[in-house]
Amino acid sequence: MAYLYNTPDDVAAMLARIGVASIDELFTSLPEELRLKRPLKLPPAMSELELTSHVAQLAAENDDVRRKVCFLGGGAYDHFIPAVIDSLASRGEFYTSYTPYQPEVSQGTLQAMFEYQTLICQLTGMDVSNASLYDGGSAAAEAVLLAMSVTSRSGKVVVLESVHPHYRQILSTYLANLGTELITVRAPGGWVDPAAVAAAVDSHTACVLVQHPNFFGCLEEVAALAEAAHRVGALLVQVFDPISLGLLKRPAELGADVAVAEGQALGIPLSFGGPYLGIMACKEAFVRRLPGRIAGQTVDRRGQRCWVLTLQTREQHIRREKATSNICTNQGLMALRAAIYLALAGPQGLAEVAALCVRKAAYARQQLTLGGRLECRFDRPCFKEFVLRDRQGQVREWLAQAHQAGFLAGLPLGQWYPELDDCLLVAVTEKRSRAEIDALAQVGVGRAGGGAPPAPHVRATRALA
Amino acid sequence: MRNPFSTTLLFELSRPGRRAARWPQCDVPAPPVEALVPAEMLAERPPPLPEVAEPEVVRHFTNLSTLNMSVDTHFYPLGSCTMKYNSKRNERLAGLSGLAEVHPLQPHSTVQGLLRLLWELAQMLAEISGLPGVSLQPAAGAQGELTALLVAAAYFRHQGQRRTKVLAPDSAHGTNPASARMAGFEFVTVRSRSDGTVDLDDLAAKLDPQVAVFMITNPSTLGLFDPQVAQIAQRVHALGGLVYLDGANMNAILGKARPGDFGADMMHFNPHKTFSGPHGGGGPGAGPICVAAALEPYLPVPVVVERDGQYFLDEDRPLSIGRVRSFFGNVGVLVRAYCYLRTHGPDGLPQVAEHAVLNANYLLSRVAELMSVPMGRRCMHEFVASAATLKKQTGVTAMDVAKRLLDYGFHAPTVYFPLTVPEALMIEPTETESRQTLDAFADALARILQEPPELLHQAPHTTPVSRPDEVRAARHPVLKWTPPDADQVDGGR
Repeated sequence: MAYLYNTPDDVAAMLARIGVASIDELFTSLPEELRLKRPLKLPPAMSELELTSHVAQLAAENDDVRRKVCFLGGGAYDHFIPAVIDSLASRGEFYTSYTPYQPEVSQGTLQAMFEYQTLICQLTGMDVSNASLYDGGSAAAEAVLLAMSVTSRSGKVVVLESVHPHYRQILSTYLANLGTELITVRAPGGWVDPAAVAAAVDSHTACVLVQHPNFFGCLEEVAALAEAAHRVGALLVQVFDPISLGLLKRPAELGADVAVAEGQALGIPLSFGGPYLGIMACKEAFVRRLPGRIAGQTVDRRGQRCWVLTLQTREQHIRREKATSNICTNQGLMALRAAIYLALAGPQGLAEVAALCVRKAAYARQQLTLGGRLECRFDRPCFKEFVLRDRQGQVREWLAQAHQAGFLAGLPLGQWYPELDDCLLVAVTEKRSRAEIDALAQVGVGRAGGGAPPAPHVRATRALA
Repeated sequence: MRNPFSTTLLFELSRPGRRAARWPQCDVPAPPVEALVPAEMLAERPPPLPEVAEPEVVRHFTNLSTLNMSVDTHFYPLGSCTMKYNSKRNERLAGLSGLAEVHPLQPHSTVQGLLRLLWELAQMLAEISGLPGVSLQPAAGAQGELTALLVAAAYFRHQGQRRTKVLAPDSAHGTNPASARMAGFEFVTVRSRSDGTVDLDDLAAKLDPQVAVFMITNPSTLGLFDPQVAQIAQRVHALGGLVYLDGANMNAILGKARPGDFGADMMHFNPHKTFSGPHGGGGPGAGPICVAAALEPYLPVPVVVERDGQYFLDEDRPLSIGRVRSFFGNVGVLVRAYCYLRTHGPDGLPQVAEHAVLNANYLLSRVAELMSVPMGRRCMHEFVASAATLKKQTGVTAMDVAKRLLDYGFHAPTVYFPLTVPEALMIEPTETESRQTLDAFADALARILQEPPELLHQAPHTTPVSRPDEVRAARHPVLKWTPPDADQVDGGR
């Protein structure tokens, strides 16, 4: 078998040593009547060569973002990933180790976690960060649970309609059995008026959940929302876009008490939705309520600086049902990728990527609305995404046409916002070239369809596939 | 050979003006940022990230990696974590652009190959578990538990029943009680007997119509298959409750017995353990769940379905609990699980279980000559030794033994878990180790037990750092680096 060592001689010697006649004898604790008495109905085993051809074939049936020019966003983005990240994260010492339970032989992982936490604090301005959670959506739900715990309020949570629909669905799932009322404040103009939030919060409200830049790409009035929340003793939880912080004020400056994000943009492949990275940082005062692993600095017996998992009395393996969360791992490898990304970018690099996103998105917004068919749905400053309305009300038809022309052009919004059934969400990252944007703007104009898409910045092919 | 500078932090390497990654000049005629974003929303300056050069980033993290033990470099018998070999072919295949560079919200027609792979994976998990309903969405085993408990809650609510309690044995992982609590249940612990099986009298005393779910890890964290499981399931079912199987230890029974056949209504898999997804220094994992047909309508959305040879994600499921994470799930981890299952097939999977159990029993036979193994002479995929006697006689603890093993080049077993065994050392060799490695480990353990206690108390002696002061780390938390000139202000180090 593929990865087994034991030869028939080994097996014989081992059984003799154990004192049984057959491997089957080792399974006697499985009662006869509970055993599966037939082979599993699974496809036959494949050699590496067969498997490689088979999976490559399945992979080839998908339109990846090298084959189609990607203007899709909505919480996952086609940002550029520097080669250094893949190279370092594919070191076996990183990806085949586990949670650093033995710090003496896990300093690589622990120091990287500590550096990740520091980088996230630098990025957000918050006091403390954990070592990561699963993804942006579940991190947002965990942040709300943290707010409920910190404020000792479980009556009410206020969420803005402009928060990612998936995140709101997750929150609703997590709160289903906890008796908490989830109030959604409408975002008719693509953003939420802080006055509407001020009217929705009260002394039973644990927190206000806002996304900035929001799901529509629009900027929210976070500082005013924070004031509204704080006035009634509630916390402000901000979902942020890590790339945007190259330009925008940091969550701490805006008054956020907890800042969470999807970290995929920081050097993590799209991978059809995961594994991604849940970023979570908060004020110092809440650190003992923070879910997830945390690395801390200490010294060893020789007085050397070193790192360990710390504040574990928050966690499930010690506190069991009284733990802050059931989470028992972080997304170590994804946090490592994000840490490397932020180190490579530095302050200047992050500002450059963010500026490219804002400016290219502004250009695309302008170009795509020149033809007369598409118009801006919301008159509001944006970061790297924006909502367009199809005056003909044929969003899916336009998207299909764009697909024909070589584009994954945008997300139809009707699935989440029925009143935006004639709208789509377009994302523009630093990877999109002027030629690509111009070509997309030609879709459905004049001769219709346009030609083949121009070459994107990156069109390397892998050795395999 | 070890680079003495590897533990310098990125922030200490930073020098103003140094650069690594650079992005292209803006190629569109757009106004400057200041004209596009209101001034009051713009930061005065970018975040104070470190400023380092590309070569030093590479050297820094490469050197850091060498401070880790890993499956690729060392025997890693960390009990309950199933640290088996992570096959390189799976890494390469999961990295194919047609799988790794696919956006999660692409039209279904553009991801047919990937959806087919996921659908086939779900079919395989259903067959292995004996439970037909599958959700691939949960991001980890713990989230799988939470999801299944939310499914159970929705099921009972739909039946018009209000059940408030979740039960699990005292040997359960801490995630079980924590998940129960997050799902809004009261958690009740059921005692185990001294042989590690569930105490049926205690179960009978605690089982009532308020119990929604009984959670059982079988094989248990003691490495034992509880043969009463079908009987337990009968009792739980008789009162209308559901049985949840924590699939952490499925490696021992792949193709040998199916949870759906021995009474489980719901379970999760840990593909990062059982199906060799790499552990990534603590994640990502995945936690797909399988459920009985009656529970299927309550699974989270979306579910991957097949119709007339076409695959799509079904979001329209009115009884569903909703979502537990964004998008589809940890697809990269699921692709590796798929590759693992296709590599092993119907004959290979039971062999995995057989050799995992053979290796564990072989190592048990050797360790039992050196230390007490309270749960007897046979085990499934792992066993728990105890240093309790040793501690009484010499003062040497399970932790001392674990730390000294590091000096011999072995990752330590899981220590002090399960909580039901004093001075526990939980050892899981997995099937991807050789008899020679197991012998070398047992030989090292034999030598260690002959060594002076003082040497062991001070171990490890040869690792990059010696025992860290964990009390200090918790009492005076330093959770991030702060610049030296901030030292006086906030006591940062």
